[in-house]
Amino acid sequence: MNREPEEFGVRLETASAWQLTWQRFRRHKLAVVSLILLGFLYLVVLLADFLATADPNRIDASRAYRPPQPIHLLDDGGFNPHVHPVSGEWDHRIFRRVHRTDPDRRLPVRLLVRGYEYEFLGLFPTSLHLMGVEGEAQALSLLGTDGLGRDLYSRLVHGTRTSLTIGLAGVVLSLVLGVVLGGISGFYGGRVDTLIQRVIEILLSIPTIPLWLGLAAAMPRDWGVLRVYFILTVILSLIGWTRLGREVRGRFLVLRQEDYVLAAELMGAGRASIIRRHLVPAITSHVIATATLALPAMIIAETSLSFLGLGLRPPAISWGILLQGAQQVQVLALRPWLLAPAVPVVAAILAFNFVGDGLRDAADPYSRRT
Amino acid sequence: MAAYLRRRLLQAALTIWAISIISFVLIELPPGDFVTSYVDRRASQGIPLPPDEVQVLRVRYGLDQPAAQRYLIWMGRLLQGDLGVSWIRGQPVSEIISDRLWLTMAVSLAAILFTWAVALPVGIYSAIRQYSAGDYLFTLLCFAGVGVPNFLLGLLVMYLGFVWFDADVGGLLSARYVDAPWNAAKLWDLIQHLPLPALVLGTGGTAYMIRILRANLLDELSKPYVLTARAKGLSEVRLLLRYPLRVALNPFVSTAGYLLPYLVSGSIIVSMVMSLPTVAPVLLSALMDQDLYLAGTLVLLLGILTVVGTLISDLLLLRIDPRIRFRGTS
Repeated sequence: MNREPEEFGVRLETASAWQLTWQRFRRHKLAVVSLILLGFLYLVVLLADFLATADPNRIDASRAYRPPQPIHLLDDGGFNPHVHPVSGEWDHRIFRRVHRTDPDRRLPVRLLVRGYEYEFLGLFPTSLHLMGVEGEAQALSLLGTDGLGRDLYSRLVHGTRTSLTIGLAGVVLSLVLGVVLGGISGFYGGRVDTLIQRVIEILLSIPTIPLWLGLAAAMPRDWGVLRVYFILTVILSLIGWTRLGREVRGRFLVLRQEDYVLAAELMGAGRASIIRRHLVPAITSHVIATATLALPAMIIAETSLSFLGLGLRPPAISWGILLQGAQQVQVLALRPWLLAPAVPVVAAILAFNFVGDGLRDAADPYSRRT
Repeated sequence: MAAYLRRRLLQAALTIWAISIISFVLIELPPGDFVTSYVDRRASQGIPLPPDEVQVLRVRYGLDQPAAQRYLIWMGRLLQGDLGVSWIRGQPVSEIISDRLWLTMAVSLAAILFTWAVALPVGIYSAIRQYSAGDYLFTLLCFAGVGVPNFLLGLLVMYLGFVWFDADVGGLLSARYVDAPWNAAKLWDLIQHLPLPALVLGTGGTAYMIRILRANLLDELSKPYVLTARAKGLSEVRLLLRYPLRVALNPFVSTAGYLLPYLVSGSIIVSMVMSLPTVAPVLLSALMDQDLYLAGTLVLLLGILTVVGTLISDLLLLRIDPRIRFRGTS
């Protein structure tokens, strides 16, 4: 006789697969911290314009290569955040612009001030920004400025938006290709499998950068920012899908032999229903983990290509384009703050790696591995 | 084993053929061709080319023929060992790239040597002293190695060299050897310049390799046969070298195949940052100019070198892993 446990007066707590995954993921402390960091970075992606203190494209030669400006929090013992105004002057003796701080004047830094106009989340126009100097947005340069006097902090915030979304878009596209082709390869086997595996092997044995360079160089110079962005995503995912395809195929091959799949077959379940009900849920977490681990490669690729001038092009702003400004060591030695965009690049790559590791360890909640 | 060898060689040939088509398509992809970009350049200099001369140029470079025909001509010449002539530079391709190709290989090989020389001892140390202070330190360094893209590392090395030593640490040869014929002194100069690019290029792969070796060795060390050997009084060093290390070394050789495409790729970007005289700058400008023979040949040669390197690593694996020799699969 089959009786439910409740009939014995026992209440059973059940946890879904996702709850178990989450419980195990939480044990990986570094992964949790990284997840929070990534959440923060994608918040920056959403709110880039709001967080920026100045128009990232506004050129002002008199502000070229301004060093980072500290915000003083205290004033005469009271809390009054302010900056000292900086003025740049060309010094004919050293052939360089020299920026002088005026320690007597104080410009108050306030929260929620009006600045340049933008569309909030593409919904409505506004000019509200998180912080800045009221009425004089250009007076504040948290991370200094570049050679054209554009505010590096504001550009960095906008570059984060581009670089993190292009990686995501590339991974989503690779995911579609990888899951479809890897799934077909693993489920049907035979000749299709052999063909797809050969293609993957060939793609993996080609050095990627010459290939990317070739494809990127093929993009006409007069294409708009959006079009280049889109094509670059496609180029990145052309290679990126191979690893995902292998992972999915491997999983399918293993799962096909599982007892519960055999049981489902014996109970007369159709192929489509087996794939949908049993195989897809079982590989989802692995696919997500692999995709997370594929993201850093995408970010590195975009950054490297843009850095060489073959990826995104100005007026687009991305981490790679910002690092282009730091290409000359002689320039860099005098203005080390130009290297600031390297910090989010490294942080994002590491964070995606840790989260991916954590997800991979947690992906199979029913295995006994801890 | 013979079947495996045959299949592997066939696959390498197939890959090279696929790469040749890909490189050809790459050059054909941009709108226009070499002559159109040449005509544009002439026009921008104020000396436009008369239309009949344009036609002559097209015929001379074979651009009036269909793409498939041009691919066959290119391949036919390549098979006879004729790499063609660069359209822009007017120099034989073989002349432009010979030195640079060797330097590219030298940099990549140096990076592989660096990877192995560092990853092997560090991986072993991290595994047998798991959770020690040294293990944590190396783990931390590995994360740094994974997190810093190599062009950024190159930039950082150049910056620090400039700030600390006031020296340009880029390049592969001292100024006086750049145009000198190859001799022992020039080779020694090259070897002295190699460590820094090798470090920059090899760090990412090294970090990855250390993690793999450590994980594999830890798996092996917890197996019963190790305990048996220890119980029988085998010394710790012999115990380690006898079996666990040999098993754990497998991925070292097998990943070498994928390490090579990765390093050749990386060397292109690192070369641009550290101004190394490899094929990278030539490839970049040739791609921009749609210089078919130069760009196509470079992409193809880089691909071939990679495929051959992968083949060698697979043959090595065949030698050290009996499972492949007897079963024909890895």
